[in-house]
Amino acid sequence: MTRKQKRLAIIGGGVSFIIAAVLLVMFAFSQAVAYFYVPGDLAKAHLAPGTRIRLGGLVEAGSVKRGDGMTVSFSVTDTLDRVPVTYTGILPDLFREGQGVVAEGAFVAGSPVFVADTVLAKHDETYMPKDVADRLKAQGVSLGGKENIQ
Amino acid sequence: MIIELGHYALVLALGVSVLQAIMPVFGAARGDRALMEIGTVAAKATFLLVALSFGVLTYAHVTSDFSVQNVWENSHSQIPLIYKFSGVWGNHEGSMLLWMLILTFFSALVAVFGHNLPDTLKANVLAVQAWIASAFSLFILLTSNPFNRLVDVPGEGRDLNPVLQDIGLAIHPPLLYLGYVGFSVCFSFAVAALIEGRIDAAWARWVRPWTLAAWTCLTAGIAMGSYWAYYELGWGGWWFWDPVENASFIPWLAGTALLHSALVMEKREALKIWTVLLAILTFSMSLLGTFLVRSGVLTSVHAFATDPTRGVFILVILILFIGGAFSLFAFRAAHLKAGGLFAPISREGALVLNNLILTTAAATVLTGTLYPLVLEALTGAKISVGAPFFNMTFGLLMLPLLLAVPFGPLLAWKRGDLLGAGQRLFAAVAIGLVAGCAIYYAQHGGPVMALAGLVLGAYMIAGSLTELFLRSGIGKVAGSVAVRRLAGLPRSVFGTALAHIGLGVTLIGIVAVTAFETEHIVEMKPGMTADAGGYTLRFDGLRDGKGPNYTEQSGHFSVMRAGVIVTEMWSSKRLYTARRMPTTEAGIKTFGLSQLYVSLGDGMADGGVVVRIWWKPLILCIWGGALVMMMGGAVSLSDRRLRIGAPSRARKQKRPVLEPAQ
Repeated sequence: MTRKQKRLAIIGGGVSFIIAAVLLVMFAFSQAVAYFYVPGDLAKAHLAPGTRIRLGGLVEAGSVKRGDGMTVSFSVTDTLDRVPVTYTGILPDLFREGQGVVAEGAFVAGSPVFVADTVLAKHDETYMPKDVADRLKAQGVSLGGKENIQ
Repeated sequence: MIIELGHYALVLALGVSVLQAIMPVFGAARGDRALMEIGTVAAKATFLLVALSFGVLTYAHVTSDFSVQNVWENSHSQIPLIYKFSGVWGNHEGSMLLWMLILTFFSALVAVFGHNLPDTLKANVLAVQAWIASAFSLFILLTSNPFNRLVDVPGEGRDLNPVLQDIGLAIHPPLLYLGYVGFSVCFSFAVAALIEGRIDAAWARWVRPWTLAAWTCLTAGIAMGSYWAYYELGWGGWWFWDPVENASFIPWLAGTALLHSALVMEKREALKIWTVLLAILTFSMSLLGTFLVRSGVLTSVHAFATDPTRGVFILVILILFIGGAFSLFAFRAAHLKAGGLFAPISREGALVLNNLILTTAAATVLTGTLYPLVLEALTGAKISVGAPFFNMTFGLLMLPLLLAVPFGPLLAWKRGDLLGAGQRLFAAVAIGLVAGCAIYYAQHGGPVMALAGLVLGAYMIAGSLTELFLRSGIGKVAGSVAVRRLAGLPRSVFGTALAHIGLGVTLIGIVAVTAFETEHIVEMKPGMTADAGGYTLRFDGLRDGKGPNYTEQSGHFSVMRAGVIVTEMWSSKRLYTARRMPTTEAGIKTFGLSQLYVSLGDGMADGGVVVRIWWKPLILCIWGGALVMMMGGAVSLSDRRLRIGAPSRARKQKRPVLEPAQ
């Protein structure tokens, strides 16, 4: 190979790999990310059943009910609207009524119930997921106390 | 009084840093030895001052001096002594001070061990280090001062976050920072080379040990953090693609690329401009990571508290350093002479492929990490980019690299023989197939993809050993000759082989856990049993207990095999009294390379308790592989060729350099 061909082969190989990577990233962004909603957004969102989303808000006081076996149901609220959620598994240590929570999962077709496969409530007693805090603030909900995002 | 001494030492450190940032550059430009020597002295002095300051903060924590706001917020008189020590960096201010300590530690190392460097290069490197040190000490003093006092001294502290009350906090952050911040030296070398406008193979030889040291520590830090999250959080996961994990992983990927490209530059004088760019990029990623973690733009366990001024301050530092370095690069890169040519199929070609894939993968992880932030800033939409995204992109992109790893060392410099290398790797492929199938069979089948992954991992291990076999001539020459040849191989050859083997081991661990792990969530009452990984767990009941600063309910489990009790496990729910914060302590038992993992859930009304039980096959391979990679790094670092650098000339220069300082 001549000097020029060598250079071309290396550059050509590199560029095509990078193009492949960019296409892959774009494809993954269209497939594998979850949008974040609070209950009040859902009416406008028109989600197709089965679309993975993150649902954030507060665990409504008095809504936590243990069903058969490991299944727990509760409501996530932004104090105006609320969404019933079911989850099978162990809830995080800091899951409590009246506290911030983020549930990841999807709506099943023909049902208003959100089926979560992951429930997050993070590492501090005063923790409010930042996303939830922002949204709730935008909706005019007073959070009270000093926000400590940890 | 002692506290004020620490504060004062930090202010003084800033002053000395500024001196160190300016004088040596002028000295280097004018060829003035005395001015250049200021850098060496100042670097040592700054380190001692920051160390004193850090010592004072440690003293405040250990003696529970609650008049210091930082101690009051993050400590408690009742916590065990070890957490009083590690609590020093278990908070924003303290961890920034640790960052500074390690930065100045590396500057001091350059000052002490850099006597074989050309005077001007050393002076410029120390000056660039001091620019970083000045910026960060200013940041600490203005926005994150750990020495702030409280007027009304509280009687008791607010306790260290219970999640951080673990031996992991004592080890993980210092190791991570040693890696993260260690790359500052590479950055400084790159910027210094750009200032001088001169760069050669010797430069690469000087940079390589620093890169290796930082890379080894970063590998350790990331692995340690992963294991810590695994056992402490009680979720059974070992990697979450959490933005903060990514923030440490991106510099690791870039640093790994740098390690390899510096090799090409050292041996063949090729890829000069790229290596300089990569050195800048790697530390830029470290800075970006610091920004992401410390500014509070991300919601994470690691973001201790949010204060907008801090975010803006670090952002300014980030822009100044990254922007400055890249401008300098754009200005000077054209002056750097390009080096040797090589065929696409050659050792250089393989290392270019390595760099291409690693940097593309790093860019992908970076994109996934920053995309939600950018999207939110632009459109207000909030998304979470999690494991599915990264598995799809990063996993797929890394695949060709893993396949190519054993080929690299077998190809000759300049012009390699791919077919020949392939033939020599034939045995490795065969071993990979057999070993992969054996593990697959031992795990009673599973997804076919898992088989492919296991074969790939075993092939990488065997392929990396092939290099050692071939170079020592095992099987071709008499045994004693082969052993002598093997012992005579340069340490860096062993280092390479070990690092690549480690990667294979980690891959096997990842594949095995992903494909074969079993998870059960069951409600258990005393006496009930559950099966996992060939063992039977019997729940024996709950017991109340009390620690120094928490109360706990722990569940006792008997682990049985074929009806015989082999061992017992405990998993508990703790309530830390000071913060009223509950945590879960997972019960973990190791069987060979696999682990049984039990995590206690909520108690039920009828006296039962929800229990989550995992069988994690070969999970220890994940961190074991990282350990082997670190050994590879350490062995390479001990290579004579790296230690001595440019020997005779430098030693003659040493004396006249020292004289003016006396």
